[in-house]
Amino acid sequence: MKLDLMTSLYVFVLAGFIGFEVIRRVSPLLHTPLMSLTNALDAIAVVGAIIIVGRQHEQGSTLAKVLGTIAIVAATSNIVGGFLITDRMLRMFKASRPTKKP
Amino acid sequence: MTSPSDTLLQVTYLVATVLFVLSLKWLSSPATARRGVFAGELGMLLAVAGTLLHREIVDYKWIAVALVLGAIIGVPLGKVAMTKVPQRTALSHAFGALCVTLVGTSEFYLQTPNVPPFTMAVLSLEVILGSLTFTGSLMAAGKLQEILPQRPITYKGQNIVNLGLLAVAVAVAAILVAHPERKELFPLILAIPLIFGVMMIIPIGGADMPTVISLLNSYAGLSAAAMGFVVDSNLLIIAGALDGASGFILSVNMSKAMNRSFTNVLFGAFGQQQAAGAAAAQDARTVRSATPEEAAAILEAASKVVIVPGYGMAVAQAQHKVRELYDSLTKRGVDVKFGIHPVAGRMPGHMNVLLAEADIPYDKLLEMDDINSELPQTDVALVIGANDVTNPAARNDSKSPIYGMPIIDVDKARTAMVIKRSMAAGFAGIDNPLYYIDKTLMLFGDAKAVVGALVRSLGGGHE
Repeated sequence: MKLDLMTSLYVFVLAGFIGFEVIRRVSPLLHTPLMSLTNALDAIAVVGAIIIVGRQHEQGSTLAKVLGTIAIVAATSNIVGGFLITDRMLRMFKASRPTKKP
Repeated sequence: MTSPSDTLLQVTYLVATVLFVLSLKWLSSPATARRGVFAGELGMLLAVAGTLLHREIVDYKWIAVALVLGAIIGVPLGKVAMTKVPQRTALSHAFGALCVTLVGTSEFYLQTPNVPPFTMAVLSLEVILGSLTFTGSLMAAGKLQEILPQRPITYKGQNIVNLGLLAVAVAVAAILVAHPERKELFPLILAIPLIFGVMMIIPIGGADMPTVISLLNSYAGLSAAAMGFVVDSNLLIIAGALDGASGFILSVNMSKAMNRSFTNVLFGAFGQQQAAGAAAAQDARTVRSATPEEAAAILEAASKVVIVPGYGMAVAQAQHKVRELYDSLTKRGVDVKFGIHPVAGRMPGHMNVLLAEADIPYDKLLEMDDINSELPQTDVALVIGANDVTNPAARNDSKSPIYGMPIIDVDKARTAMVIKRSMAAGFAGIDNPLYYIDKTLMLFGDAKAVVGALVRSLGGGHE
């Protein structure tokens, strides 16, 4: 589906604002997991790489396949590693136990 | 022309987009944060599965190999030790940028010579940002892992060389926008930013890493958004914009916490400015040092203790000993809290993760402003492996290179204790007057060893 350029720019700008408002509210406590999570989400770029590798091309297809394959490897490692470590970190954050007896 | 299957794929992407935004929204509090990760995973799974099932995809062999290989590399990267999270993060920025750069390069060679001007412009942006983020992040990871020297390397005219490189890359990109058939120029907008990425990180020292990692995060996001324009994917544009905004907010936070501007971090290698400040402070002033036994006695008598951790705690891997100290003081009825400076450590939130790993409840980890209002009523402030973030010169010495930087006011507590290896200047080489005031006790030694000795003197610990 060919996107309209202007619409895409609107999407970009609005997404930036949403990002700003949402991320401003993230507690500084969780800034490290925030970075690893956004990093994993960013690896959605894998979708673009999959299309390049899997599609039929008329020209330059060998180069595109090789580069695209490496791109999928790089992005997938971010997806898997990013979600894994974010969840590992978040599991560590525990609140105080309610008034423990001495 | 949109077939039903195309429409279905677009709806899948839309659902993934909503899940991504929710994922970040739920990260606002530790109570909902894990749900956020799940939403992100679900969105990712839907988007990737939807794409794989698309009718345009005819060749699955290499995709399958690459997905498996990526997962094999990803699992160990998800299991690194918490002290190594900063370099892991830098490495993952490099991988993200690599993916974006390679896709941009493939797209160029697939589309040339018929690349519309706008596509060529965003493609250039994608490739330039991607490749400088790639090498820049590798350099940052190398410095954090201490494969590369951590000291800033500077030379005369450095900024001119760097800006010049960037200007040349932009100029080449401009030519390509006008003449997309000039294939021979394309390697230049890959190679020059690759070199720029290295040059950009060379002058940056360890203490500036939190800002730099955030900035690289922002670049990685923006390059991914640019790729979204090139490959016509709103989902990618949105994910990239979210990541870019996140990196940007963190960079601004970090710069503010160091009272420095962006340009100053990138172009004003910290090491240089400090040479003057450090040299002036060589007069012989006396410090009071104490043994762990003496310090433990003071801690035991306290009713309120604030611990201020820094990168030194991470280096010494002292967080678990700190937890024992926390336990043993809490058991005695002492109120123990932690004061976390935004730039303590090597990336945003670094200290929180280490302390959470050591099982310290997160409601005891307080931000700078909150802890500063409590410090005047605090009996003992214990500084473990932090230096500049506690330096009162930032408040009252207008000649100090860090003047104006917000600090944790440990000097306002009744007693300040500082665990430090020796009196040698710290990373930044700035003299810290905190060490010479009467209420400060220095506990010399390795952070882990000293905290361990404190725990033993208190008669606690898990041994």
